[in-house]
Amino acid sequence: MIEARHIDKSFGENKVLDDVSFLFEEGKNNLIIGQSGSGKTVFMKCLVGLYNIDQGEVDYDGRVFSRMKTKERKKLRQEMGMLFQGGALFDYMTVEQNVMFPLNLLTKQSSAEKLDRVNFCLDRVNLNKANNLMPSELSGGMTKRVAIARAIAMNPKYLFCDEPNSGLDPKTAGLIDELISEITKEFQITTIVNTHDMNSVLNIGDKVAYIANGKVWWGGSKEEILSSDNKKLNEFIFATELTRRLKK
Amino acid sequence: MIMLFGKYFLLMRDVIQRPQKWRFFWKQLFTEFYSLGVESLGIVAIISVFMGAVLALQTAFNIDTPLVPMTMVGFTTRQGIVLEFSPTIISLILAGKVGSRIASEIGTMKVTEQIDALEIMGINSANFLILPKISAAIIINPFLIIISMFLGIFGGWLACVTTNLVTSHDYIIGIRSWFDPYSITYALTKTVVFAYIIASVSAFYGYITKGGALDVGSASTKAVVQSSILIIIFNLILTQLLLT
Repeated sequence: MIEARHIDKSFGENKVLDDVSFLFEEGKNNLIIGQSGSGKTVFMKCLVGLYNIDQGEVDYDGRVFSRMKTKERKKLRQEMGMLFQGGALFDYMTVEQNVMFPLNLLTKQSSAEKLDRVNFCLDRVNLNKANNLMPSELSGGMTKRVAIARAIAMNPKYLFCDEPNSGLDPKTAGLIDELISEITKEFQITTIVNTHDMNSVLNIGDKVAYIANGKVWWGGSKEEILSSDNKKLNEFIFATELTRRLKK
Repeated sequence: MIMLFGKYFLLMRDVIQRPQKWRFFWKQLFTEFYSLGVESLGIVAIISVFMGAVLALQTAFNIDTPLVPMTMVGFTTRQGIVLEFSPTIISLILAGKVGSRIASEIGTMKVTEQIDALEIMGINSANFLILPKISAAIIINPFLIIISMFLGIFGGWLACVTTNLVTSHDYIIGIRSWFDPYSITYALTKTVVFAYIIASVSAFYGYITKGGALDVGSASTKAVVQSSILIIIFNLILTQLLLT
């Protein structure tokens, strides 16, 4: 479980997050939705500690991030996996080296154990013949899958995905959603996904938070989202023809 | 300006820490030896030979009285190369070549979120990426400068012999005259300080890059300009401290 409590974040005069609170549940796909520029990515980066928050706190199963010492933060971060928008693969390493990287640096496993784990993770994302490819040789979907494999290599308790579907065709986007959902259920991970894709919401959103102008305007499940009478939320989710038809 | 200094020192505090895994550190160090040192050998060699040649020719052309012996050409070339041209000019060249490489490499990693990915894994990204570069520059640059000194003096000899302005004998007598080993200590001390400036300032500008490709280019330019200015300033300070 991850709980964000009263988070404020500003960049200079620009207040990006204003008293944001939300509870992300364990073993579920928690989705943060909102328009581009609504503060989703900043919120996620505040949750993982890549941005220092101005006020408020983030609680990881009773461990408050802002009150932790550097060593404790490092340890907590080893329980996190993150899928970045562009994949953020190390471009001078092969796929295998990318996935093995956290294992090499943070564990004392033998080479055989590490290779087993890498192959397991790559197999899990259906990329079992890509070990020796370089990131420049991968398609968008493959890049995201390798990034997921790297994110789960350390057996994380918390998985963060920043717009995992951006730049992907609907079919590949659906596959990535399903993969994230399967991994979440299989390993009982607390997963937080940033997205503005309504397909993802309806496909995997166990719990959804709607953010606009730096505030959480609505929270609920994918079943509740289409019948909500929240005006701001409706403006967002029924902005496409597809969702309008779905409502009818 | 004060904020920039503050950020720089905070970054250096994170950089100068014990590496997470020594095996990785050594591996990266040797990679950096190659990319910062071995790959710079060509440009260092060409510039040094021509610099020495020009210095020797200019000195020879300016000696227009028989009261000054032609051995002065070798002596002046050696002093110029050892005290100033090799440590300072070559460091300025390296600030351009190596500095832009470091800044753009780290800057690209920053804007493509590769540095964030390291942080999320619980890895001290500053230490992991920057310490091997600074260490490699500090260790390899003195070797480059020593090679530059030899090639510069050789370039001077080559110019003198091929133009018949100074005989080989006179030139060699000149370069062996009044040699003070302290000048090598002075030159290498400067080199180590300049190497630290080049690697750390360039890495700093790369590390604080925000935005996209254009910002990486801008960070790279800033890295070269700032490290060049700092080299010039520290050249004066160190000369004052070490030679007076």
